[in-house]
Amino acid sequence: MTALPRSCLLTKEEIAKTLYRLACEVVEQHGKLNEVVLIGIHTRGVHLARRLRALIREREGIQLPLGILDITFYRDDLTAIGPKPVVRETKVDFDLQGKTVILVDDVLFTGRTVRAALDEIIDFGRPQRIELLVLVDRGHRELPVKADYVGKNIPTQRNAVVEVRVQEHDGADEVILKKR
Amino acid sequence: MLGIKALPREEIEAIFSLAKSFQEISTREVKKVPALRGKTLINLFFENSTRTRTSFELAAKRLSADVVNFSASSSSLAKGETIIDTVKNLEAYHPDIFVIRVGSSAALYALTQHTEASIVNAGDGRNEHPTQALLDMFTVSQQLGSCEKLKVLIVGDILHSRVARSNMFGFRKFASQIILCGPPSLVPFDCAEEGIRVEYDLDAAVESADVIIMLRVQQERQTSAFFPSLREYSKNYALTPRRLARARKDALVLHPGPVNWDVEIHSSLKWRVHPLILKQAENGLAVRMAVLFSVGTKKRTL
Repeated sequence: MTALPRSCLLTKEEIAKTLYRLACEVVEQHGKLNEVVLIGIHTRGVHLARRLRALIREREGIQLPLGILDITFYRDDLTAIGPKPVVRETKVDFDLQGKTVILVDDVLFTGRTVRAALDEIIDFGRPQRIELLVLVDRGHRELPVKADYVGKNIPTQRNAVVEVRVQEHDGADEVILKKR
Repeated sequence: MLGIKALPREEIEAIFSLAKSFQEISTREVKKVPALRGKTLINLFFENSTRTRTSFELAAKRLSADVVNFSASSSSLAKGETIIDTVKNLEAYHPDIFVIRVGSSAALYALTQHTEASIVNAGDGRNEHPTQALLDMFTVSQQLGSCEKLKVLIVGDILHSRVARSNMFGFRKFASQIILCGPPSLVPFDCAEEGIRVEYDLDAAVESADVIIMLRVQQERQTSAFFPSLREYSKNYALTPRRLARARKDALVLHPGPVNWDVEIHSSLKWRVHPLILKQAENGLAVRMAVLFSVGTKKRTL
């Protein structure tokens, strides 16, 4: 297979600046932050959520609770994706009752992952409010889902691939676009 | 999934990894995920069982599948319907999974020819009881880190035990060694093949074991006298404090349950062994969720 043509959408420095801006937006929106919790969606959403937490801690001196969500069991296409999905840890070890949950993911695309995550969060408790934070919004929604905090809007073709790579998991920070 | 014998090691490891995720679900406030929503599971038990059936039923419900229980005693089998006709009739309701316990493996195999649904074996005669072995192995790997290169002692009625057979197939896939121990009448003499050793003296057998699986004395499965009396059986083959003292300090003691205290295990050892036996039941639920999830999210049997 020949490699797909690829271009860099965000560099390491741009990702760092974007995350800083997103952290500031969260702080601006929520002031004291005492009812705010972060929940990252596996895999890269978790790493981004950890970084946001660190940025907010540096700025405000507050350590937000951080949850981890694997949405595999809530997917609407389980029979389609094949017999052996990799299921990772889900860990939400704090009460969600009355909290503002900021759901963190790398790319917002069809909205199906977010739909699954919303269902799963609601099974854990009844938050006061759920907001969505994504690094990249690439369009092509199939469900009525909208992000509250967006790092960068990137119009794409439906069949292109947007890949967010993070240092912790992929060895480098970058967002790349692959065209089919 | 019909047996451990045909199940590749990678599939077993995949089930363990899923089971770990499912353990977490049972600790949630809402103990349920929608993974098998809209799927129908029929528990088809031609032999009595409460524990295995309950475990499968709860596992299916925690995955949001719809469950129907069907047991031989209260069914039209009593009116003379054949097993195959029963399955064909249930097939008309378009179930996705049959969990079947039946008296012979030939019957189980025949049933696979008459249904489109996936079949999970919940015990077929003396042949296999795959989910029991998977939960035993899962328990061991959680306690010891893996099932790799262990010495696994299985004590009791090996001849009639599908639990023993499935465990023998399973543990050997992880290069573990099996030691069988029991009255000579209940340990088939021809079963010593590669990776299996037979030992008739329990005192000697316990010494090197990492895992000791005590089997239940299945009085309902024995058609003639294989040992003179329960008293003599327990004198020679019950796990007693004295025998356990000869074993390694950290040896795991498993039992598929229900335990006949003072027959298989001396009741004074209850404090030592019961917590892990109960843990087995807990793990059984997670393992069965993993198995149902694996077969339920694809078309045919594993």
